[in-house]
Amino acid sequence: MLLTAEDTKTATKISRLKKTEEHSGHQDSKIASVVPVKDKKLLEVKLGELPSWILMGDFSPSGIFGAFQRGYYRYYKYINVKKGSISGVTMVLACYVLFSYSFSYKHLKHEWLRKYH
Amino acid sequence: MNENLFASFAAPTILGLPAAVLIILFPPLLVPTSKHLINNRLTTTQQWLIQLTSKQMMTMHNTKGRTWSLMLVSLIIFITTTNLLGLLPHSFTPTTQLSMNLAMAIPLWAGAVVMGFRFKTKNALAHFLPQGTPTPLIPMLIIIETISLLIQPMALAVRLTANITAGHLLMHLIGSATLALSTINLPSALIIFTILILLTILEIAVALIQAYVFTLLVSLYLHDNT
Repeated sequence: MLLTAEDTKTATKISRLKKTEEHSGHQDSKIASVVPVKDKKLLEVKLGELPSWILMGDFSPSGIFGAFQRGYYRYYKYINVKKGSISGVTMVLACYVLFSYSFSYKHLKHEWLRKYH
Repeated sequence: MNENLFASFAAPTILGLPAAVLIILFPPLLVPTSKHLINNRLTTTQQWLIQLTSKQMMTMHNTKGRTWSLMLVSLIIFITTTNLLGLLPHSFTPTTQLSMNLAMAIPLWAGAVVMGFRFKTKNALAHFLPQGTPTPLIPMLIIIETISLLIQPMALAVRLTANITAGHLLMHLIGSATLALSTINLPSALIIFTILILLTILEIAVALIQAYVFTLLVSLYLHDNT
């Protein structure tokens, strides 16, 4: 199943499952400062490691479902407020439009260079 | 050009797998459920709308017909959200596919008719002959009434498909006409753009109305048969 980069970004951006020891003070840094690439958040991955980071992501069905769940809960804080506004739903619809665009890209590709439609 | 005009109605696939299932499963994400008494604004608005429509629809049924209320309310919510989401650019509308509308129409109609024949056989058969027809006309009229009964699910499905598909197609055509004319003659392109805006408003109305009509007819068949 094809995954967009959006999903993997969401998955690892908010994966707090393994707390990195880098935050816990410098005295422990010598012992456990090596975090596996797989568990790093996106902004902490170095550019050369990016392909291996993408490939080592959890693409099993439960992993993908976990990614969607984490993304949903992260998004839910825009909805579950007493005085929510239209922008919460608009974000989802904008993502839906981009998602559908990726499906129709194959058909639209031929339209760009045509002079007469 | 023919291929491109209808290409937007093709069911999307991911490497050959049907992604239409994912797109059909998307609208429930927009309708949150909650276990609190007082909810956030989105949930409150939706709950209010759902109560309004369900009261409007289910008052005409008796107790037996009201057991169908969950089915009918979820049907109208599904068709409304699917049609309205289809108005977004590049999105795929599942209700443009005849297969899906048939899958919705045939079981509901068949359920209502079978229920009518099982519980109130005499009344259900009496529908086939309107009151006060002249005697020579009876055989022909029974045939006509049977055909009109059997054509109900087809009509339900084809009505929804044709309305939504025609609306989308018209918007595609007028939109591409606007784009093509914008370089040649700008005032006429603006006129056609106004037509496009009016069409979009019409399409929003059609999306809502078609959902309503579908559900109303199903509930009407139910009312006849309970």
